[in-house]
Amino acid sequence: MLKDITIGQYFPGDSIIHRMDSRFKIVLDILYVVMLFIADNFISLAIAGLFIIMAYGVSGIKPIMMVKSLKPLLPLILFTAVLNLFFVKGTDEPLVQWWIITIYWEGISTAIYMIVRIICLIIGMSLLTYTTSPIVLTDAIERLLSPLKKIKLPVHELAMMMTIALRFIPTLIEETDKIMAAQKARGAELDTGGLMKRAKALVPVLIPLFVSAFKRANELAMAMECRCYRGGDGRTKLRQLKAAPFDYMIFFLMLTVLGFIIVDNMVF
Amino acid sequence: MNAVETKNLTYKYSVGTPFETTAVDDISVAIEQGEFVGVIGHTGSGKSTLIQHLNGLLKQTSGEVFINGRNIWDKDVNIRDIRFEAGLVFQYSEYQLFEETVYKDIAFGPKNMGLSEEETDRCVRKAAKQMGLDEDLLERSPFDLSGGQKRRVALAGVIAMEPKILILDEPAAGLDPAGRDKVLEEISNYHKDSGTTILLVSHSMEDIVKYADKVLVMNKGQLFCYEDVDKVFSMSEKLQEIGLDVPQITKFAMCLREKGIDIGGDIYTVERAKERLLNILKGHN
Repeated sequence: MLKDITIGQYFPGDSIIHRMDSRFKIVLDILYVVMLFIADNFISLAIAGLFIIMAYGVSGIKPIMMVKSLKPLLPLILFTAVLNLFFVKGTDEPLVQWWIITIYWEGISTAIYMIVRIICLIIGMSLLTYTTSPIVLTDAIERLLSPLKKIKLPVHELAMMMTIALRFIPTLIEETDKIMAAQKARGAELDTGGLMKRAKALVPVLIPLFVSAFKRANELAMAMECRCYRGGDGRTKLRQLKAAPFDYMIFFLMLTVLGFIIVDNMVF
Repeated sequence: MNAVETKNLTYKYSVGTPFETTAVDDISVAIEQGEFVGVIGHTGSGKSTLIQHLNGLLKQTSGEVFINGRNIWDKDVNIRDIRFEAGLVFQYSEYQLFEETVYKDIAFGPKNMGLSEEETDRCVRKAAKQMGLDEDLLERSPFDLSGGQKRRVALAGVIAMEPKILILDEPAAGLDPAGRDKVLEEISNYHKDSGTTILLVSHSMEDIVKYADKVLVMNKGQLFCYEDVDKVFSMSEKLQEIGLDVPQITKFAMCLREKGIDIGGDIYTVERAKERLLNILKGHN
């Protein structure tokens, strides 16, 4: 049921990847995405793919989790591949020409590159959430965005909102399950009938859910105020993010690989 | 005919993954029509999972469930009919309230049953009265009521379906002592008036002793025993071994016995303890 959602799931562990500074992890992930889209030949994509597979190997996350993170986005991947396959025009003779379908060698290669890129992109992003707890992640985002405070962006508040939202996702899912069961016990039909009927049947679930969500928000706000929370000004952190030599090492490795790929692209 | 019967009921969570756990393990029990059964067990002993099988909210991994003699997962049985027959009230049931008025909320169940306006009206008013809710509360918003009142509205919402079996998961949890007594008192009166079979899940041994005729004890997903109240609480030591509480007065009697004053192993009400103690005191004089 609802409990099976895996987006943003975190698997606690003690691997090098888990212990890495989360700011570096985010920056590395962004660089990795850049790298994926710069890479446009076999060797550079192979390097990118190898890179993420090695990272998974080191992280101790089960390989099955890579597949799981891809599953919901499978239609998107296939759609992109099919589009590229049929619509990319090449300079050589078409390989297949039948009715309105023409397939060029370039179409096939672009489609494959695209698939590899998207797969690497998704499992790369998933590795970040698999190995970083949501709290640490938002903390890192706050630190990375902190220069934007200069232009009066409420960075701390945004990060706090994100932390709270992430914290309450499981709670709300559990609560939805409970309310659904309670209404089913009163004879509500939630999973049969047409679209309109189903939408209407959700009212008895959504209203209690909203009521308790607002109540929870109120209580949380009260509890935070009781502990003198006044936003980010002058607030210190319990867990200081600290970059270790290893973080810099990986960072420079990434830069080197990225540089190599750029050079590689220019040469070939 | 038994009101509720389970045969080798087993339920496993997350089958086929490393997280597979057996929440309910091979339970066979038969509960007769009209009985008031207390269900006790340590947290995580499978009580809540068990009761969700009795109206088909969960489907067992193996085994069978019979409600009033019908196998609830038979092809020709509509599971919704079973839910009207075996009413289930969840823990903190006030969270299920959603309508604009108390009346409409109580009417949700009967309306789902497809009852006519007049029938629904009769059921709603009767259920409200049984749960001690005044007529003038019916037109108020359920969200404006006190915690105890909300709980009773939620209970009335299930009772209005006039189930033959009423299953209650900690109906008094989180209420103040007055609200607690009131809710349990109304349930007990309802039981006496209607002869409905009742299963009451509770952590309070005092409540179980006060209201239930028989007790079903769960331990680690298995049925520990299903016996009369007398028999169950005469095994106080065993209950404590599986991590269950016993009534305070039973603990008191056990302490007395350790000090050499035996007032009997069947003490679980204050009245009986008082009687025995007075007898002993008289004997000394």
